[in-house]
Amino acid sequence: MYSEKVMDHFTNPRNVGEMPDADGIGAEGNPVCGDAMKIFIKVKDNIITDVKFQTFGCGAAIAVSSMVTEMAKGMTLDEASKISKASVAEALDGLPPQKMHCSNLGADALHKAIEDYKNKQRK
Amino acid sequence: MKKIYLDHVATNPLHPEVLDAMMPYFRDDYGNPLSLYGPGFKAREAIEHARESSASLINAKAKEIIFTASGAESNNFALKGIAYALQSKGKHIIVSKVEHHSILNSARFLEKQGFVVTYLPVDNYGLVDPEAVRKAITGETILISIIHASPEIGTIQPIGEISRIAREKGVLLHTDSVAAAGNIPVDVQALNVDLMTFAAHQFYGPKGAAALYVKEGTRIVPLIYGGIQEGGRRAGTENVPAIVGMGKAAEITKRDLQKRIEHIRPLRDNIISSTLKIDKVILTGHPEQRLPGHASFVVEYIEGEAMLLMLAAKGIYSASGSACSSKALKSSPVLISIGVPVHLAQGSVVFTLGEGTTSEDITYFNETFPQVISRLREISPYSKGWDETEAPTCTAKK
Repeated sequence: MYSEKVMDHFTNPRNVGEMPDADGIGAEGNPVCGDAMKIFIKVKDNIITDVKFQTFGCGAAIAVSSMVTEMAKGMTLDEASKISKASVAEALDGLPPQKMHCSNLGADALHKAIEDYKNKQRK
Repeated sequence: MKKIYLDHVATNPLHPEVLDAMMPYFRDDYGNPLSLYGPGFKAREAIEHARESSASLINAKAKEIIFTASGAESNNFALKGIAYALQSKGKHIIVSKVEHHSILNSARFLEKQGFVVTYLPVDNYGLVDPEAVRKAITGETILISIIHASPEIGTIQPIGEISRIAREKGVLLHTDSVAAAGNIPVDVQALNVDLMTFAAHQFYGPKGAAALYVKEGTRIVPLIYGGIQEGGRRAGTENVPAIVGMGKAAEITKRDLQKRIEHIRPLRDNIISSTLKIDKVILTGHPEQRLPGHASFVVEYIEGEAMLLMLAAKGIYSASGSACSSKALKSSPVLISIGVPVHLAQGSVVFTLGEGTTSEDITYFNETFPQVISRLREISPYSKGWDETEAPTCTAKK
């Protein structure tokens, strides 16, 4: 059902955990829907220097979160804003069609975290 | 790596003696049971012998057994066959909310054909209240269909009490006994039911072989028209090896059932008591009135499919009623019916044991499951509790 890459990121997820001193936090989904994730970013000189995630959800949701954090780390905010559901799924060698929408929330959560960071900067 | 199969409610391995009994009917005795020469006679005899064995498992008469290809077919047959046979008498049918999809979707089909269906609620253990059945019966009621035991939560229904009410009111009673027959003693005389569905792969027989018990003298309209197979009530050349396999499995099960239950129940009790020691884990279904090999839980703060995958990666095979683990991405209606909130239903997990389950398997399980839960809770944003601010409903498009 899942690609080897999905299983790898599910069984050995990268960048799991909370970040108490995060510069931006983004949350997407809710447990009633079955998947919910939080992404925390640390930003320095417009570059995402660290990313962490927490996810409630199925194997795909956990793998997506892990992959998004790996992709975003080291990117500029602009580059990270361009990470999409499709590019995350592609990096995971594909997701089952029924999981493309409900579990593929990582990019949205990341974009919200970037948004949160930018809002805080404006203040 | 160890492979521990704890999904016996999904299906079972074929008993070796069953396979041996089936093989000749694949290889040598391939005759059509309707043919009027030796190999045909031999096939016919084999089917009739299987019919006797299958009847004997549930204390029925051989002529009361109609072979079908699946539990789903038998359930469709019971509902539609009785509805069409008795529609001049009335058009009301009663089922519970915790039926298998093959009952619920047949009921919904019949609603479109002008029948009226009452879906009875259940209590927090998943039990149907027999008095609620009585109250639901009207002068138009022709059939009641209540699941015997739930594959999802293991609860065994008080079919005997429901049948007394059905009998008193002169309404036919069908029970879907797929998860029960072959796993607990089932006696159609004692239960006093008019129709009963059971399936061979639930008791170490082959897939593709099931039956509908139809009490002698009960009128039923066929689903499949054609030849005179199964007394004209289910046409189509018989699946002889599968039917033979069902008969053999029924024979073995009748012989071994008590031994199997005595083997499985303490192992299952061990799983339940050890799993309930984990914080924020709830047993679903009835604590005592449940299938002997069935343990089902809701684990808070994590999701069922993730649990299944992580358990499978450690060699343990199990099932879940979570939305994400279903193809339709919907939470199990059974869990919702017993009052489990949707976000908790996501953490559903079901373990079902079989005659091959060993105490070493359970020891390994009891070591492994807590590790899986704590690993997934480490990943979860809710490990310190549910966020009360979450939206109560899901609006995401699925």
